Amino acid sequence: MTSIAATHDDHDHHHAPTGWRRWVFSTNHKDIGTMYLFFALFMLFLGGAMAMVIRAELFSPGLQFVSPEFYNNMFTNHALIMIFGMVMPAAAGMANWMIPMMIGAPDMALPRLNNLSFWLLPAGALMLVLSIVAPWVGGGMAVTAGWTLYPPISLQAGMSMDLLIFTIHLLGISSILASINIVTTILNMRAPGMTMMKMPVFVWAWFFTGVLLILIMPAFAGGVTMLLFDRHFGTSFFDAAGGGDPVLFQHLFWFFGHPEVYVLLLPSIGVLGMVVPTFSRKPLFGYKSLVYGMAFLATLGMVVWAHHQYTVGMSIWATKYFMIGTILISIPIGLMKFNFIFTMWRGSLTFETPMLFAIAIILMFAFAGVTGVMLAVVPADLQYHDTYFVVAHFHYALIPGAVFGLYAGVFYWLPKWTGHMYDEKLGKLFFWWTTISFNVTFFPQHFSGLAGMPRRIVDYGVQFTEFNMVSSVGAFAFGLSHLLFLYIIIKTIRGGEPAPAKPWEGAQAGTPGLEWTVSSPPPFHTFETPPEVK
Amino acid sequence: MTQQLPEQEQQQKNIYRTALISSVIVVGMFGFAFALVPLYNLICDVTGINSLFTQEKRVRIDADDIQIDQSRLIKLEFDATINGNLDWEFKPSLRSASVHPGQKMQTTYLLKNNTDQVITTQSIPGVTPWQATEFIKKVECFCFTTQTLQPGEAKEMGLTYVIDPQLPEQYTTVTLSYTIMNLDRDSVIKGGQQGPQNVAVLNK
Ligand code: HEM
Ligand SMILES: [Cu+2]
Repeated sequence: MTSIAATHDDHDHHHAPTGWRRWVFSTNHKDIGTMYLFFALFMLFLGGAMAMVIRAELFSPGLQFVSPEFYNNMFTNHALIMIFGMVMPAAAGMANWMIPMMIGAPDMALPRLNNLSFWLLPAGALMLVLSIVAPWVGGGMAVTAGWTLYPPISLQAGMSMDLLIFTIHLLGISSILASINIVTTILNMRAPGMTMMKMPVFVWAWFFTGVLLILIMPAFAGGVTMLLFDRHFGTSFFDAAGGGDPVLFQHLFWFFGHPEVYVLLLPSIGVLGMVVPTFSRKPLFGYKSLVYGMAFLATLGMVVWAHHQYTVGMSIWATKYFMIGTILISIPIGLMKFNFIFTMWRGSLTFETPMLFAIAIILMFAFAGVTGVMLAVVPADLQYHDTYFVVAHFHYALIPGAVFGLYAGVFYWLPKWTGHMYDEKLGKLFFWWTTISFNVTFFPQHFSGLAGMPRRIVDYGVQFTEFNMVSSVGAFAFGLSHLLFLYIIIKTIRGGEPAPAKPWEGAQAGTPGLEWTVSSPPPFHTFETPPEVK
Repeated sequence: MTQQLPEQEQQQKNIYRTALISSVIVVGMFGFAFALVPLYNLICDVTGINSLFTQEKRVRIDADDIQIDQSRLIKLEFDATINGNLDWEFKPSLRSASVHPGQKMQTTYLLKNNTDQVITTQSIPGVTPWQATEFIKKVECFCFTTQTLQPGEAKEMGLTYVIDPQLPEQYTTVTLSYTIMNLDRDSVIKGGQQGPQNVAVLNK
């Protein structure tokens, strides 16, 4: 261990490694963060392309472009890519970049592990692509089970299911290692004087995210490993013919799956906790309550999973418990909203792109909260379950709740990362374009869902045609807007108005703000001697 | 700078300790997933929370001393499904029957193995509407055991049942369905049985 620290301290910024070695063997938190972010950007386009296939097929009723099997494979992989390949790596990239600088640490606690957890991602992505390709080259049936991978259908797929199980293993190990690293960094690497209750909200948010991932990801890995055993080693964990119970898999999946939605949400709540005070030029309202609220949310999130399974025939008492638990979630979620709204109250607000995203998130995420409580009510959910109403619910939860939060983070920190200001006009254009097209895409799905359109089916009744046409048009516009996003990022990297060390004048409001004391872009190594926090 | 300050050493120690504790939790949670298999069965058996019905309602009744309810007839439909696409025949000898609740009835299902392999099968029952499940009592059923068929062999499999007179009034038609599965799971799973015809993209 001495040698790791020693070699690491040896190279200062004058001898930063160059060429491909700099990236492949990188142990530098900023470089690894950059790689995470680019990986996520790439996967955003891959997963987005699949969404375009789905929406093109659903533009009108009947079968147009793809076979039902390929369609099912597309929505399966769209979800897996967006969750494991896009949101989680992007959030991990921001954690890598910002957490050491925010807490005044020279790097992550375990830099070599950090390298490994990044490089497992491309390996996982490769597996995933192979899983899509396998059925075309004689690998049997494609995976058509959806991201929930329920047996028995996931047991019946061909070898693409095995490849997908390995994908989940690789991406899962990657995120477990990253989480261990982040939690360890936060607990042990804080600069003198940086007490836990002085940490920026983003750091707290990632602390809870990391703890959640350490608890749930291995359980999910266990679940898919059992699927693998059922497929190849003659066990019957989930195979009814051999005495197994497919419902057990559902419990295992959602024991992971529900906390997972908070894994996606919390880093973005953390970004909001930085962005809203900055552009309100006021410290965060109720810092402590927000931290406790996140702790409450994470704890509650662990024990409400079966609200996804109301229709499988659990006892009345079990569903009652899960219903009440789920409705309680709206308390910490509402609390967070009030934290942000009261932070803005009487602030001197300006509306740069990150702030626009923050406000839009607060508004649109409320929709997900409301539809979520509707879905939590058992007798109502028996109607809504597996319709487009659920699709609308979770896209309102995940796109504002997770994805827009990441966009806010990108615009907020791009000046710090690149040393250049992004083009504010283009940023605002991107904001309006995505926000409007997002709503055009998903708002009609509330209606088609309530009218009874089932999800995960390639075709639909003609009475849903108009809703779906609107959705598809919105989706194409939403997809297209991301080319602008890409353009803005490239443009900012290549040049632009030089960013000062503290590009946003209110940036430090209420936090120690160590990340704003270093130059933009920061030197290769920062805080080699720990700063003092008063 | 190879010499480390005592604080730095202490920090390294703390780092490894936290990482170690987290790793133990990770291994524990992986194990927890597997431990859930027996735990789940145990908890469900003891508490019955995995079933919509409470334990008391599930008391066994003796088929022979149930009162026959002559006042109403229930239409019982029989359904058969083959799991996967295997070259078998599986069908009820009777499509449907009208039965008084409390009346002990018999019927059969026919199974034929058209393949050139010995197969062992297991049938899994299902009742629609599910609310009627606990009122269909099986005295004897081929689904209680497994069946082995030689290549080309055909078999008639018996089913003796009685409908509990406590079946709520609103259910006048009940469907009893059986899905038959090949117990040699290796040949069913691992796919391949549905060939590349599934990947044709352009439909028209
Ligand atoms: C007030 C808070 C929330 C409540 C009460 C709630 C409730 C629910 C319920 C009951 C369902 C199951 C619906 C069904 O399948 O019939 C559901 C589905 C879902 N929710 Fe939420 N939810 C909340 C917040 C969130 C958040 C914050 C996220 C993510 C950031 C989220 C993501 C999802 C996803 C992805 C699904 C669908 C999963 C699937 O079936 O594939 N929800 N929600
Ligand atoms: Cu949930």
